[in-house]
Amino acid sequence: MAVTKSNALVPVEQGTWQRIGSYLRRKSVQHNLNMGFVYSVLTLSAVVISIPLVWMVSTSLKDATQVFTWPIEWLPNPIRWLNYPEALSARPFGLWAGNSMITAGMSVIGHCLSATVVAFAFARLRWRGRDVLFLVMLSALMLPQEVTLIPQFLIFRQLGWVNTLYPLFIPPFFGGAFNIFIMRQFMVMLPRELDDAARMDGCNYFQILTRIIGPQVLPAMGFIAINTFRNRWNDFFHPLIYLNDPQLFTLALGLRSFRGEYAIEWGYLMAASLAVMLPVMVMFFFTQRYFIQGMVFTGVKG
Amino acid sequence: MFSFLRPRMLSFRRPRLSMSAQEELAGWLFASPWIIGFIVLTLGPMLFSLGMSFTNYDLFSWKWIGFTNFIRMFTFDDLVLRSLSVTLRYAFLSVPLHLIFGFCLALLLNQKIRGLSIWRTIFYLPSVLSGVAVIVLWVLVLSPEFGLLNSLLANFGIEGPNWLGDPKIALYSLVLMSLWGVGSSMLIYLAGLQGIPTEMYDAAKVDGANDFQQLIYVTIPMMSPVIFFNLVLGIIGSLQTFDTAFIATGGGPAYSTYFYMLHLFSNAFLELKMGYASALAWLLFIVIMLLTMLVFRFGAAWVFYEETFKKEKKKRVKGAG
Repeated sequence: MAVTKSNALVPVEQGTWQRIGSYLRRKSVQHNLNMGFVYSVLTLSAVVISIPLVWMVSTSLKDATQVFTWPIEWLPNPIRWLNYPEALSARPFGLWAGNSMITAGMSVIGHCLSATVVAFAFARLRWRGRDVLFLVMLSALMLPQEVTLIPQFLIFRQLGWVNTLYPLFIPPFFGGAFNIFIMRQFMVMLPRELDDAARMDGCNYFQILTRIIGPQVLPAMGFIAINTFRNRWNDFFHPLIYLNDPQLFTLALGLRSFRGEYAIEWGYLMAASLAVMLPVMVMFFFTQRYFIQGMVFTGVKG
Repeated sequence: MFSFLRPRMLSFRRPRLSMSAQEELAGWLFASPWIIGFIVLTLGPMLFSLGMSFTNYDLFSWKWIGFTNFIRMFTFDDLVLRSLSVTLRYAFLSVPLHLIFGFCLALLLNQKIRGLSIWRTIFYLPSVLSGVAVIVLWVLVLSPEFGLLNSLLANFGIEGPNWLGDPKIALYSLVLMSLWGVGSSMLIYLAGLQGIPTEMYDAAKVDGANDFQQLIYVTIPMMSPVIFFNLVLGIIGSLQTFDTAFIATGGGPAYSTYFYMLHLFSNAFLELKMGYASALAWLLFIVIMLLTMLVFRFGAAWVFYEETFKKEKKKRVKGAG
């Protein structure tokens, strides 16, 4: 003890590197270093992942000569707002947006209704064959759509529905396995007592569904609605096989034909693409919580 | 209208059906939209398509031709194996990359950082925006001369390649494009990570595990069901890739991005060879099923399910007692 004390009185010559080393070994410093690393990697990834979007906005505000300059001019000078009205009036984007709205909107209604009603049968009612059918539905979840694609096309063709919007929004009214599954998982978690109490009060099953269970599953419905809207809005394949008439195009198809004609007009192309993305983007910002909760619910507990 | 649905308990009229029978009927009734839909839009079409795959149906006439379609796929039509190999290569590349990047991002976001929701939004947003608009954006990003990527590379004096025009790298460019949507898998992993009880880490720390050992012995085993689930969905999804290739490259150059679905599409809806295309669809179906089964078989070895573990533990305890 005495030795250390006397040593402490003598100024110890410590090398700079040694001092840095002992400093770095401190716990709090180690933690700060780790966090510094985490934040720098996150920042770098965030920049990499959002740069295309920033570039897209910037390009959508440039004219033909500004687009092809190097190095990239991030803030266009002058800003060319006219790209938007010009691009969107070059082809019938308004009409296409209407078609997209109809298909996406009707699909949302269809999926919400059918998922709620069918999930009610699977989650809250006891009937013979329920468990077998539920297993069938689970296997349908994994079923790739290719094997049903061609016969479905032939059926809708027989009905005279090719070149109409019907094949794009009628099937949702018969329920999608995925949505029913989510809704069922959600409904199963509600307490049994809810149904029993409603029955005591003389509700029939339909009333139990609409008055008791329905209001409880609005979050799940919200997720199904958002997800359906996004999927249908972005859907390219089904419109591609069912629609030939440009008057009936959805935005996805329209944008592709627009790209075919205006491949060199990058400003127009980016303006139109951004306009097509906008509804989904806006929806995402306003409903982010539902969206994320739903994704998590399906991904982790599914 | 729904009087027969009324449970017996408080019904004043004498019910015609017993309560369980009523519930039975109600069950079938409420499930009927899906049951009808399943028969008309899934099961029926599946059988129809299976039957059609043995014919040469072309919208005008049909003839039973036995296994000719399936034989032709492997003898005459060299695009089948070619597109299958393109598709599988894409799947084996993009699925693990999505797993790695998604998982690493999730691990970073799980470090008690500030502004979690902002980071999450930044990484997740691109995956929400899928669709034609995103593909059009990426075609320009990857343009040879003035595209974003090559302009940025030029800042470092690197002359970037023709990403989508060079048959050697076009497929990898599509993988790169798909990685922009890594946010959705990140989100799922993040939720899984947040669900791991902290006691497990505390216990590991007491046992003297460092960060890396905690990752290997706690995090990854606990996450394995989520990883597995995403792996299966990722494989199924990537084998059905269509939009990106169809819009960005049209299958070219030199068939280097000619995905299986493009071949199926052109046979069915451009050449109207419905019978042959049905056979193609069934081949894809079989490939997907085989791969899924393989993943399941392989998964049983490393996926850790808490429930089964608990059950086995109980059994063992009982056996010991």
